[in-house]
Amino acid sequence: MLIKKPADIPSSEITDKKAYLDRRQFLQAASGTAAVAAAGLLGAEELLYAATPAPHGRKLDGIRKSPLSTDEKPNKWEEITTYNNYYEFGIDKDSPSQTAHSLKPAPWTVSVDGECAKKGPMNFEDVIKGETLEDRIYRHRCVERWSMVIPWVGFPLANFIKRCEPTSKAKFVEFTTLSDPKQMPGLRNPVLNWPYVEGLRMDEAMHPLTIFVVGLYGEVIPNQDGAPLRLAVPWKYGFKHIKSIVKVKFVEKQPLNTWQESAANEYGFYANVNPAVDHPRWSQAQERRIGEFFMRKTLLFNGYGDQVASLYNGMDLRRNF
Amino acid sequence: MLSDRALRFGLKPVAFIVSLGPFFWLVWAAVTGNLSANPLSDLTNETGIWALRFLCISLAVTPLRRLSGWNGAIKFRRMTGLFAFFYASLHFLTYVIADRFAGLDFPNGIVSWTTVVNLGKAVWDDVYKRPFITIGFTALMSMVPLALTSTARMIRRLGGKRWNRLHKIVYGTAVLGVIHYLWLVKADTRRPLTYGAVVAVLLGLRVVWSRQKARRLVPAAVPARG
Repeated sequence: MLIKKPADIPSSEITDKKAYLDRRQFLQAASGTAAVAAAGLLGAEELLYAATPAPHGRKLDGIRKSPLSTDEKPNKWEEITTYNNYYEFGIDKDSPSQTAHSLKPAPWTVSVDGECAKKGPMNFEDVIKGETLEDRIYRHRCVERWSMVIPWVGFPLANFIKRCEPTSKAKFVEFTTLSDPKQMPGLRNPVLNWPYVEGLRMDEAMHPLTIFVVGLYGEVIPNQDGAPLRLAVPWKYGFKHIKSIVKVKFVEKQPLNTWQESAANEYGFYANVNPAVDHPRWSQAQERRIGEFFMRKTLLFNGYGDQVASLYNGMDLRRNF
Repeated sequence: MLSDRALRFGLKPVAFIVSLGPFFWLVWAAVTGNLSANPLSDLTNETGIWALRFLCISLAVTPLRRLSGWNGAIKFRRMTGLFAFFYASLHFLTYVIADRFAGLDFPNGIVSWTTVVNLGKAVWDDVYKRPFITIGFTALMSMVPLALTSTARMIRRLGGKRWNRLHKIVYGTAVLGVIHYLWLVKADTRRPLTYGAVVAVLLGLRVVWSRQKARRLVPAAVPARG
């Protein structure tokens, strides 16, 4: 696979830098004024949704289509890059789109650790080396009852795991998000116990649907969506899709994922999409597809039951939520 | 200080228009696509927040009057209280439409008696089953008698004392509003707790003042303390 060097991008693809900066300045000024007004009035929260869609960036090359993609209509780039839960960049949905420009996705190192033969730091370039990128258009269901259809670009996590040569003791994979206060303003707030940690059982991680994501809509993935490397496990709730991964560790015991640590009665380790198992405070039977008015019925395993249900044979999904 | 006339024909209409500001802003933002990718959720959240803000403002009127000595402040108590009810009603309405109605099945078409029955059932089931909805609904219901008795005529009919006692319900409304917000958020409790702190201070002042008053009224009953 190849990421073209910036010089290779047709200049028509690139937003003129001045226009882009002017736009940002204008928005900052506008939202700044609004924020001051709001703060003066009531002293706290923002009043305007000053979300800024990610600028279009580098196109990825040599992307293959995948039979695992859904044929449902993908959500818009603007929606996918302005409506984000990425608390490292603020708790509001539009915060990451405004603040994630401070993230530096290159150079990037992923450290591989734990029960495996090939330990050590790995450049991002080495992580994707030799992989054929695929379009994976997946349904994405957030635990907050909204959903999108997202055209990820990535490759099977299984490929990466095999290269790490996990030992027989490796029963789970634990992922960690970057936690650098200089790049991530949201870390100032102890909303969650940073760094963000997620995990998968080995068979879940090896499943062909599970992918390492590096792109969106055929382009390099924007910062607010978890650049440069994130996870997609489409039959699980959004919070399992850990972003900006800096560490992959093979472990014997089930990892304690951040949301479970935060509220174990509400968020479990498995987090499989399940309309029959309610969140303690709200029903999970339905969801709002972003851009639609009427709710859709949420599907067991987010509609991927044919492929993944066998992973959980004999398991009480109500207890292992 | 401001004259009665300036209050009535100057400041009050201005306050009225300013209070409608969030409503018009939301309508404008919704129509022009200036809300987030999930505008229905924004409308529900924002109307709820504004209900809570106006509850706080209306609860701040009496302390403001007392601390500043500006008696004209009282003229804004009813208006801000009614705006709290206005935004809370909008909040409930958006929830009913965007959350309950949008989630219905329509076996007999959208315009049918079945839809009405199912909608009522969907709302009631949620109010019954989900504690934070129960609390929010209770808060809204607690404001109904206050709104209904907000006219000068009703004050006369009830008599000042009884009317005052009835309207103490609003203290409970504010507390329920904060709990409703607190139980809704996922992890970041800072905002609901900020409102909680504001409400605590506003109610706390009243406790302090009523104690002082009690002491002044029955000095003999309260032994002097060193």
